[in-house]
Amino acid sequence: MSGRVLVGVKRVIDYAVKIRVKPDNSGVVTDGVKHSMNPFCEIAVEEAVKLKEKKLIKEVVAVSCGPQQAQETIRTALAMGADRGIHVQVTGKDYETLGPLQVSKILAALAKKEDAQLIILGKQAIDDDCNQTGQMTAALLDWPQGTFASEVSMEGDKLKVVREIDGGLEMIKINTPAVVSADLRLNTPRYATLPNIMKAKKKKIANVNPADLGVDLTSRVEILRVDEPPQRQAGVKVETVDDLVGKLKDTGRI
Amino acid sequence: MKFSGVLGFCEICRVCILQKKSYLLPSLRESVRKFCAEQLAPHADEIDKKNEFPEMRDFWKAMGEMGLLGITAPVEFGGTGMGYLEHVIVMEEISRVSAAIALSYGAHSNLCVNQMVRHGNEEQKEKYLPKLMTGEHVGALAMSEPNAGSDVVSMKLKAVKEGNYYVLNGNKFWITNGPDADVLIVYAKTDPDAHQRGITAFIIEKGMPGFSTAQKLDKLGMRGSNTCELIFEDCKVPAKNILGPLNKGVYVMMSGLDLERLVLASGPIGIMQAVLDFAIPYLHVREAFGQKIGHFQLMQGKMADMYTRLSSCRQYLYNVARACDKGHFSAKDCAGVILYCAENATQVALDGIQCLGGNGYINDYPMGRFLRDAKLYEIGAGTSEVRRLIIGRAFNSILILK
Repeated sequence: MSGRVLVGVKRVIDYAVKIRVKPDNSGVVTDGVKHSMNPFCEIAVEEAVKLKEKKLIKEVVAVSCGPQQAQETIRTALAMGADRGIHVQVTGKDYETLGPLQVSKILAALAKKEDAQLIILGKQAIDDDCNQTGQMTAALLDWPQGTFASEVSMEGDKLKVVREIDGGLEMIKINTPAVVSADLRLNTPRYATLPNIMKAKKKKIANVNPADLGVDLTSRVEILRVDEPPQRQAGVKVETVDDLVGKLKDTGRI
Repeated sequence: MKFSGVLGFCEICRVCILQKKSYLLPSLRESVRKFCAEQLAPHADEIDKKNEFPEMRDFWKAMGEMGLLGITAPVEFGGTGMGYLEHVIVMEEISRVSAAIALSYGAHSNLCVNQMVRHGNEEQKEKYLPKLMTGEHVGALAMSEPNAGSDVVSMKLKAVKEGNYYVLNGNKFWITNGPDADVLIVYAKTDPDAHQRGITAFIIEKGMPGFSTAQKLDKLGMRGSNTCELIFEDCKVPAKNILGPLNKGVYVMMSGLDLERLVLASGPIGIMQAVLDFAIPYLHVREAFGQKIGHFQLMQGKMADMYTRLSSCRQYLYNVARACDKGHFSAKDCAGVILYCAENATQVALDGIQCLGGNGYINDYPMGRFLRDAKLYEIGAGTSEVRRLIIGRAFNSILILK
């Protein structure tokens, strides 16, 4: 086993920013808006670095797809403890339509190229909330998957994953190589300390073209329109339960 | 009301500081911002209200782990081996969250640690720096006395040689971190008749016989940055604890003051940023006469004034810091930077209160704290008056030389 872990990190609009829709309703405003690493990706990086500290894996490789600024996100991963980075260059129109299908094809190609033993991703990105990349990547590679992980442990060449599901917690054992997607309670990501930020300067980031990986970036999805959520209307107060039932019937709710 | 800190950061500044170190400074700033937002921000209001920071020791150790306590100290002693520009950016982000704790941080990391790095011998650096870097020890510096503030050279704390020791008698006043410090750099008169040529710097340790601290001072602002009087009653200090040359302490002190002014100038910058972070969103939420008040011209004017004051101060500070990193030190500019930043911060804080109107006057909102904290910077590290003297005299001496 190569002992190599691939961690996908996505650059998204910072969670604290107030999102505005573009005047032409084609998307949201991203120019001049603060971006940072997707919070679930931070958790994924932290888990990978923890596995390396426990000496269960040998190398953590951070991967990001996007324009030049994606390198900032990779550098943050390096400052948290990843060993090297891969920047898959996707720009312009391709970047606007980049989605889970294309990213999972890229990750699958890289996993084969880098002989990865494990892929850890955030369960979803806070901009599109797709929650698809982990699952698609596993399917493309025909690897087992442990999604919504709240606990991960390695036992030989098997992975024990505790998953957060609707009914509670599910424990599964899967073979490696495998794909894991990180949920909120998996860990608390460490801060990038100043000495580690300095060390990260010397770590390498390789530039890769999707075409070199044989990946077709054409999107099967066309965004027709983006709108703000409708303004919340004021509620109506009723006096009795009968009134409530009557109103619900009137509006066709029951 | 809670507002995040994502607004108001000048894009021009972001571009200007991106040079060869292109990714380092933004990463550094973001890391410290996040650390302070999570570890310090929840306590900021309480620290000010109660004039204490019970979690100070833990926070100091957390800062130690982050590598914040010895930005300009060499790596071999546990420092980060970075420069003044990095130190300025770190202190700016801490000040944005709590100006009081940033001041204590500045006193530790610049006044104490940086002086020790610049003037300590190998033995002193090995003994004192490591614990100051990890946050296990808190550092301080003492030069002012109850009767010697601006006229610090007229200090009366006496140090008399007795064999291998010096015996110190006297007081120091307005000493930041005084109540908590484990290691203090103290200036004393070893030769009172020689006036400024008789000052020597000493390293004092908490617990040295004859050294004690009096009660914490109750201040207008910077509450939570503990300040007190130091008392020396036949305090015995080993002669090997002299920092720098004997009787040449005034040089240690004055050159230290230049760098102290440079780094502390980031305090007012952080405060101004905090004012903008809070006031600008408020102006776009508060309504009057049927619209958000931020759309009225007078409020637009206020936002413009606050923003341009902050941006110009920031540019001045970063450029002087960068010049110092390249080895070009100028007393005139270090004094100029803190003079300009401090006076602007007070004005911006006043504008901030005005933007919030009645709410600016209530202590449920932090605007009052910003003003009370900002005012200190016109006084500490040399009053605005002293800073003006320094700059004026610098011009006098240039023209005398012709």
